[in-house]
Amino acid sequence: MEFTYQLLRSAGLTDLPPWLAVALSAIIPASLLITFMAVGPILYVYAETKLAGFFQDRIGPKRVGPHGMLQTVADAVKLLFKEAIYPAGADKLLFVLAPCLVVVGAFLPFVVIPFGGRLQAADLNIGIFYVVAVASVSTVGLIMAGWASNNKYALFGAMRSAAQIVSYEIPAVMILLVIVILVGSLSFQDIVSAQLGGLPNWFLFRYFPLNVIAFLVFLTAGLAECNRAPFDIPEAESELVAGFHTEYSGFFFAMFFMAEYTEMVIISATASVLFLGGYLAPHESLQDLALIGLPNVGLGPFWLIAKAWALVFVMMWLRWTLPRLRVDQLMHVAWKVLLPISLGLMIVTGGLVLWKPTVLGFPWDRYVGWPLVLATLAYLVVGIFRAVRWSRRRPQELAA
Amino acid sequence: MSSETSAMGGVGGLSSPPTSKSGGGFTPTPRYDSGSADWHADALDVDEMVLNMGPQHPSTHGVLRIELKTDGEVVKAARPHIGYLHRCFEKHAENVDYPGVIPYTDRMDYVASMGNSLGYALAVEKLLGIETSPYVQTIRVIFAELQRIASHCVAVGTYGMDIGAFTPFLHLLRDREKILDLFEWTCGARLLYNYNWVGGLSHDLPDGFVKACRQFLREYDAITVPELMDLLISNKIFIKRTAEVGVCPVDLAISYDLTGPNLRGSGLPRDLRKDHPYCGYERFAFDVPVGKGQYGPVGSCFDRNWVRAVEMAESSKIIHQALDALEKMEKADVHEKVPKRVKPAKGEVYGRSEAPRGQLGYYIVADGTAVNPYRVKVKSPCFTAMSIFHVLAKGMYIADIIALIGSLDVVLGEIDR
Amino acid sequence: MDAKGINDKLAARFGEKVTGAGLEAASPFAVVAAESLLEAAAFLKDDPELAFDNLMCLSAVDYPKETPPRFEVVYHLLSYKHGHTFAIKVHIPREEPRVASVEGLWGVANWHEREAFDMFGIAFVGNSDLRRILLPDDWAGHPLRKDWQDPDFYNGMHVKPTPQMAERAMGGEKIGVGPFDFTPPNAHMEP
Repeated sequence: MEFTYQLLRSAGLTDLPPWLAVALSAIIPASLLITFMAVGPILYVYAETKLAGFFQDRIGPKRVGPHGMLQTVADAVKLLFKEAIYPAGADKLLFVLAPCLVVVGAFLPFVVIPFGGRLQAADLNIGIFYVVAVASVSTVGLIMAGWASNNKYALFGAMRSAAQIVSYEIPAVMILLVIVILVGSLSFQDIVSAQLGGLPNWFLFRYFPLNVIAFLVFLTAGLAECNRAPFDIPEAESELVAGFHTEYSGFFFAMFFMAEYTEMVIISATASVLFLGGYLAPHESLQDLALIGLPNVGLGPFWLIAKAWALVFVMMWLRWTLPRLRVDQLMHVAWKVLLPISLGLMIVTGGLVLWKPTVLGFPWDRYVGWPLVLATLAYLVVGIFRAVRWSRRRPQELAA
Repeated sequence: MSSETSAMGGVGGLSSPPTSKSGGGFTPTPRYDSGSADWHADALDVDEMVLNMGPQHPSTHGVLRIELKTDGEVVKAARPHIGYLHRCFEKHAENVDYPGVIPYTDRMDYVASMGNSLGYALAVEKLLGIETSPYVQTIRVIFAELQRIASHCVAVGTYGMDIGAFTPFLHLLRDREKILDLFEWTCGARLLYNYNWVGGLSHDLPDGFVKACRQFLREYDAITVPELMDLLISNKIFIKRTAEVGVCPVDLAISYDLTGPNLRGSGLPRDLRKDHPYCGYERFAFDVPVGKGQYGPVGSCFDRNWVRAVEMAESSKIIHQALDALEKMEKADVHEKVPKRVKPAKGEVYGRSEAPRGQLGYYIVADGTAVNPYRVKVKSPCFTAMSIFHVLAKGMYIADIIALIGSLDVVLGEIDR
Repeated sequence: MDAKGINDKLAARFGEKVTGAGLEAASPFAVVAAESLLEAAAFLKDDPELAFDNLMCLSAVDYPKETPPRFEVVYHLLSYKHGHTFAIKVHIPREEPRVASVEGLWGVANWHEREAFDMFGIAFVGNSDLRRILLPDDWAGHPLRKDWQDPDFYNGMHVKPTPQMAERAMGGEKIGVGPFDFTPPNAHMEP
């Protein structure tokens, strides 16, 4: 917000009344963010359907628009035109309010996600705390949706979902705390600044193996927060029809959908900031377009969005591969597996920061970074090669 | 005495058909007779809830309605209601002649039609005393086993989908399409074939069928079966969802007449193709997979599914051997022994065959004077498998109910006939 | 054990209760008196040499033209232990048909007997849940009997068209609706 204010000042609009300047510098970033978040799901749904098709050995949408790109637009338009059905006996106020709360809870964390050095809607010094607090608003909306629908299935789904989200928030928050302990600050900008210096300085590749485990735990807990497979028992289509949003049609359903994809992006963006360096490029020279002679055009937003979308791709990949866990198994994973791991990580990290151990005299956390990076890259590249070769296999023709 | 009269007249509404021609004086009777009183709302405990699944439901494998009395997530009692797909097969069978029953048999278990018509044709041939040529028998075996693969593709694929794994279903259906293409090439139909006739077959194999079938089996053996075992059957989450669920001990399975993969999943190695071979099965070597309880107690949902997955591989072995035998055999006329008019002498027969879902039995009574059967009673394996449902469902979670129905592999067309 | 041996054992135990046999049929059977069905079934199940632990099929057949007119309830049994099969039949009168339920011996009999009741009206004494299974709960009558006539109406709907209805429809009369009067949505349009 201050950035926008300074931009307005430097653009020569110095004679604006102060209230207007402040209002504009709040509204402009907000509208940019809302546009990004509202248009995003169109892209994500298209990616999901196309990816689902490719994973399942079929093509996915291909008729509406070139390569099916307008399919989601058509779906969104259809949803907007659908009749909003209110079930008899549903609590009208809560029924309408619930999707609004869920969407608000999904949109608000975007305020603190840093897209660049100063490209952040509000650089709160309690950034992480704010994200955790605000993301829980959608849980309230979820329970409201299940209750207000006057439907046993929806109630079941809402109960399961609320229990799941609350349980998985705890390991997620503890992992956030691990990074906060390492950085020493709750602010997102400070966390990104602590990862300056190129790829090996990103937290994922430091303090091996602690941060790798922390990253995986955070992703798992994040998947459960979004109700995505394999934790999508609340919307288990084959059992409860659609869980807590069974009774919602038309635009309300679109809102739930939007909120789910937005939460996925939130989790991915937070994970990118915490573990993958946020808006930092893998190498300093790629941070802006200096290589092609435009040193003032920063590539921060590009890097953050690329990392977030890569994690979103991984989430979609998992959805189409794994079956779903039953609700008690889900709880078991949260309380008996993830929670002890994240507690242990927190304690060990605290010990590390206090005593700063070194092995044979040099700081081990910096030296493990490079080999790990190279190993990961090599694994990815080899995996892609093998996948392409496998997908091009042809059964041999029999001799006549 | 009173219990019988109340059983006779208390249920089923009116005790005699209405005689008024105009239909006037019609008073609507209640649609759903809940039967026992302890399912009504005022008879439930304070924390019990009656949840209704179906008849329209994504996972009940057809039009099946299940009432569950639950305490939170735990099911305390379950009542399945069937009959939504009842099409009066047995009454129709009395009104058409013996070969005319075959299209009706196809429509019972519409996912595995070859097995149904094969069982019926074998039963009538037993009644007439007809023995078909080895050529016809081998073709029948090939199609029965291809149908077994296709049926298990649907069964295991939809079961994975119920558990939440969407992708194996599509991979398996892609391969089932190839089988259905082979069927369509031979007899013109993809799902309901009218292929096994009394005394023979409706169409001979087209030229090039053996080569196409071998091509399919190549891809199938190399890609489909390993992918299925890798992606679904060995998946840790799938095992966790199914390995301790729906355990059916062997004596319960025998008492409730579970047959086929359901019985073999409980540990009893009984397969009609091995024990009392029919239609030339004794010439082929194959193994019969039996549930071993690798990840939990024997007789769990996982065991039944594992048996089906392994059976898919075994069927491929049988087809390979049958194709080899077919190439060495001389061709015979498939209509050679089909009688012009089927009019068996007075008698009755109970013919059994191993359908993909279990043992299919036809009890055919002939009175010797008509070209129509006197009575055809079908013992469908899914009917008896469904009868155990309320026993196994006690104490499960609702998510496990879905796992249980899918593992019993029910097709409502066969239950309701 | 073959069919003759099973029949001999049965006859040795029950004497004149075994009233007939069809051992040359494609699926051999013995006819047992209706009162001793439960005992005979229990004997067939529990005897170690017979050990019929599985009831394959329970069918009912209607023979109105025999003397005397009767229902037959046929029990096809299988022994997993020994591998042999056998069938027993009971003859019951067509008026007030009643026979003991074997649900206590083989659990699957519950559903088979419900179906026989549904289709034929045979009351199985001792069945814990005797009600219709395939037909709707408010269906009247038992369709698989040989003297079954389709009713004209079921809940206000015509059950089957008659030639007279076809004639009247050709004459322009509104046919196909029951006692409920309704005008089809396209009544105003030209044919």
